[in-house]
Amino acid sequence: MLADKDRIFTNLYGFQSPSLKEAMKRGAWDGTKYLIDQGAGWIINEMKASGLRGRGGAGFPTGLKWSFMPKPDPARPSYLVVNADESEPGTCKDREIMRNDPHLLVEGCLIASFAMGAHACYIYIRGEYIAEREALQRAVEEAYEAKLIGPNNVHGWPFDLYVHHGAGAYICGEETALLESLEGKKGMPRMKPPFPANMGLYGCPTTVNNVESIAVAPTILRRGASWFLGFGQKNNAGTKLFCISGHVNKPCNVEEAMSIPFRELIDKHCGGMRGGWDNLLAVIPGGSSVRCVPADLIIDCPMDFDSLSKLRSGLGTAAVIVMDKSTDIVRAIARISYFYKHESCGQCTPCREGTGWMWRVLNRMAEGRAQKREIDMLLDVSQRIEGHTICALGDAAAWPIQGLITHFRGEIEKRIDQYAANPHMDPVRMAAE
Amino acid sequence: MTKIIVDGNEVDVPAEYTLLQACETAGAEVPRFCFHERLSVAGNCRMCLVEVKGGPPKPAASCAMAVRDLRPGPNGEPPQVFTNTPMVKKAREGVMEFLLINHPLDCPICDQGGECDLQDQAMAFGVDSSRYAENKRAVEDKYIGPLVKTSMNRCIHCTRCVRFTAEVAGTGDMGATGRGEDMEITTYLETAMTSELQGNVADLCPVGALLPKPQNFRARSWELQKTESIDVMDALGSAIRVDTRGREVMRILPRVNDAVNEEWISDKTRQIVDGLGAQRLDRPYVRENGKLRQASWQEAFAAIAAKVKATSAEKIGAIAGDLCAVEDMFALQLLMGKLGSKNIDCRQDGVKLDPKLGRASYLFNSTIAGIEAADSILIIGSNPRKEAPVLNARIRKRWLRGGLKISVIGDRPDLTYVYDYQGAGAESLSALADNPPPAVEKSMVIIGQGALARPDGAAILALAGKLASAFGAVKDGWNGFNVLHTAAARVGGLDLGFVPGEGGLDALAMANGGVDVLFNLGADEIDIKPGAFVIYQGSHGDRGAHRADVILPGAAYTEKSGTYVNTEGRVQMAARAGFPPGDAREDWAILRALSDVLGQRLPFDTLAALRSALYAAHPHFAAIDDIAASDASAIGKLSASGAPGKDVLASPITDFYLTNPIARASSVMAECSALARGRMLQAAE
Repeated sequence: MLADKDRIFTNLYGFQSPSLKEAMKRGAWDGTKYLIDQGAGWIINEMKASGLRGRGGAGFPTGLKWSFMPKPDPARPSYLVVNADESEPGTCKDREIMRNDPHLLVEGCLIASFAMGAHACYIYIRGEYIAEREALQRAVEEAYEAKLIGPNNVHGWPFDLYVHHGAGAYICGEETALLESLEGKKGMPRMKPPFPANMGLYGCPTTVNNVESIAVAPTILRRGASWFLGFGQKNNAGTKLFCISGHVNKPCNVEEAMSIPFRELIDKHCGGMRGGWDNLLAVIPGGSSVRCVPADLIIDCPMDFDSLSKLRSGLGTAAVIVMDKSTDIVRAIARISYFYKHESCGQCTPCREGTGWMWRVLNRMAEGRAQKREIDMLLDVSQRIEGHTICALGDAAAWPIQGLITHFRGEIEKRIDQYAANPHMDPVRMAAE
Repeated sequence: MTKIIVDGNEVDVPAEYTLLQACETAGAEVPRFCFHERLSVAGNCRMCLVEVKGGPPKPAASCAMAVRDLRPGPNGEPPQVFTNTPMVKKAREGVMEFLLINHPLDCPICDQGGECDLQDQAMAFGVDSSRYAENKRAVEDKYIGPLVKTSMNRCIHCTRCVRFTAEVAGTGDMGATGRGEDMEITTYLETAMTSELQGNVADLCPVGALLPKPQNFRARSWELQKTESIDVMDALGSAIRVDTRGREVMRILPRVNDAVNEEWISDKTRQIVDGLGAQRLDRPYVRENGKLRQASWQEAFAAIAAKVKATSAEKIGAIAGDLCAVEDMFALQLLMGKLGSKNIDCRQDGVKLDPKLGRASYLFNSTIAGIEAADSILIIGSNPRKEAPVLNARIRKRWLRGGLKISVIGDRPDLTYVYDYQGAGAESLSALADNPPPAVEKSMVIIGQGALARPDGAAILALAGKLASAFGAVKDGWNGFNVLHTAAARVGGLDLGFVPGEGGLDALAMANGGVDVLFNLGADEIDIKPGAFVIYQGSHGDRGAHRADVILPGAAYTEKSGTYVNTEGRVQMAARAGFPPGDAREDWAILRALSDVLGQRLPFDTLAALRSALYAAHPHFAAIDDIAASDASAIGKLSASGAPGKDVLASPITDFYLTNPIARASSVMAECSALARGRMLQAAE
């Protein structure tokens, strides 16, 4: 279990004030000038050495991403964009950072922007996050007032920070759709290449990072890469915010070391499984878009990127959705499928047409009103979406269904058999009614 | 140049080529819906997926990936792309299945049937059955104007129409509302599109979602006779294809001609079709006791001969209209010569252009494609959006690329691009000539007919010539002095020298009572004062026919083979797609027959004989599709006495949809015109 002294987010639960004064007492803005004086190269090397992998879901090494930014060019300014469009179902880590520890994020923005030669940073915050935007805006204003950021700040790196409020679309969490939305256009993902590091916001070099990735950066630099590297298994370093929801006794947000076994995570922080460990049915370990994992596979699995991808699932945003045996798993996945159908931007064909198709088939399967051969058809349809779309929403829509069919095909077949045995459970309605 | 291996064949292509272009170079066919050569890349249909060796284990959209984005192999071997692997086949079948699940299977009642990309590609790349058992999506049809019919169930969301209106037309009329499978293509509030190029969206639509409304349920593509021809609605001479069934023109479509119209045509060019069948003059008429009565050719000719014989040569005159072919004007010119008259004119609007000033003084010298090389454009007295919408799209295309400065003198139209307004009248022109902006590499001056069709036109032309020289628009290898004509026949007439001879009267003088017998060859935009005996030869019963004393029914431009010279001086040949109605005949033949009755027999019996006489007199007409070189020094020599007046240099076109007799006969054009006028009123409020 992670010791309290090793926690980065010391005010995650909001027991103390998020104000600048209190945040500084907790260690924010401590020695920022010193970190900046070490130079951009040092910061990027330190980030690389820390082994921090992006916290937004894909797990791309953050230091490496920063190093992709081209040399500053006055004609094409660089930008840092922070993705605070936290919309993945089950995920609620960024909102706690922005509510209760916003200064870590603000400080991280300054340091990351400096490392990438950016003088401006945009935080794109989710449309539904009203209180979070207000909290973050307050923190930004405090930082401006204290001259910690701004054109003439004490750190000697002219820097402006803007908080931009989205309008509440899941797809705007995709980095290029986010950039489109930030530019005032319809939030539809762009084709890659070119990647944002070459052609991002307003056609200029841009790095898009998750809130958590940026917010942990100052602490990593202050305490040293080796400290951060000391947590977790190889290639999965550091501490991580886990958002545990579902059928546990005490759902919570908690910062833990990477690679903590699932059972330990639940027992230590969530008061154990509802109804005991025998009652566990399945877990969606990384937000709704990853494949679900049945109880026997997940129960002793280390919660990190590599271990979970070996199970053909993923750590994603570490939004752990725990389901016990009272769950109707087919209906649960059908509901997730509806979400992706609803949030598909409609730009490219497989996702636009396929998400609705999958949802309709799955909805019938949840009732049992389907044929068994349709299970294979559904799997095939999901595979024809996966990897054929512009952005990863197509993949995200396909994976939960693939996970369901891989692990719970029997459940669907049972449902179909039950329905076939008694297809007329409802009385026949009269037309005049 | 970069090497790339497509399906095992190595080809050498430019690095900026997309994989799709590289595959086509290698001879591998790649299906596509959203990709279009002249629009931006959207990459959303996902039909063009190919397999890239060594790339991610998923197919790549070949329309959006450039050859230079591919990494070479470990030992520097060229990157490999496949279009025939199982992965590609599966991807294409998958995308095709997705496209078809919500596409209605109504091909038998869909006008696109037979020329439908989806139909063709489903046959070539799809599978034979669907696994989709749910209900299909239903989408309400939208009203988007009188020219394009929608059937939105069929839409596959390729967004070509959206990109066309945003990029080429510049009006941004269309867009997509909604998200995911609820996304709908619409004009937002179901208003009519406002572009003069809107008809092109129906051509761009790869399925039957957007179809030309006037041609709704009228013909199948395979039963039409296709004739490649040239348009006469404006002076560009856009390449068109006239589709006929029997003798009736069913539709007009653009052909690709990168030098002129790329592959767009204006709505007038396209939807004039119903005007070709309405208000037609199909037999000769003679005016008796103030009333026109039907007559035979002999009666009509006899009436003309009687009048001509009783009139002295200097009291006979001829005006040629805006839609005449060179051959018709040549025949009329010869006939008037034989009659001894010098009163001929092809400039019914009174424009002060004259072949004596040199050919360069009345041509669009830089050529239309030259617009893409220009660095600055000054537009004088012209509204290119109304006078030549396709040319305006070319200017916009150049403007979108950046680094083009556009200035306008005249009225202040919405040209779909941003320009620097320099003033309204000729005084702004003089001011600019005295204080020219810093020179740029290739500057261009476009003078419209609004600046020249006025009493002080010659002075303004001279001023514009001076201005062009001051701008450095005329130099070695670049002639940016451009006259934008509005009449298809004008340059041909000027090339022929169809202007008053020494001491002859011009069009306005003739119309104002200068002659007693006036031969009017399709000139409907001029007001002929009472008094003169008017012989009108033309295709439509319009203003000219109302004023006529004898009417000789002629052929419209789709019914005769004729030479037209566009505003650049490009000689082009229009072909005959059908026959004129009733007793109407081709115009040169009418003139030839009339000459016999007048005792001044013209020396040709066939069109071929006429053409050899024409080519002997004016050799450059023989070089079809070419622009004969003209001497740029003529521009420097332009001069005129008298100072220009103070009036606004306003474009002559007040109503784009009703500029000629064919358009005025078309009910589709009338509807478009009413809509446009309604919009103008609204805008003025």
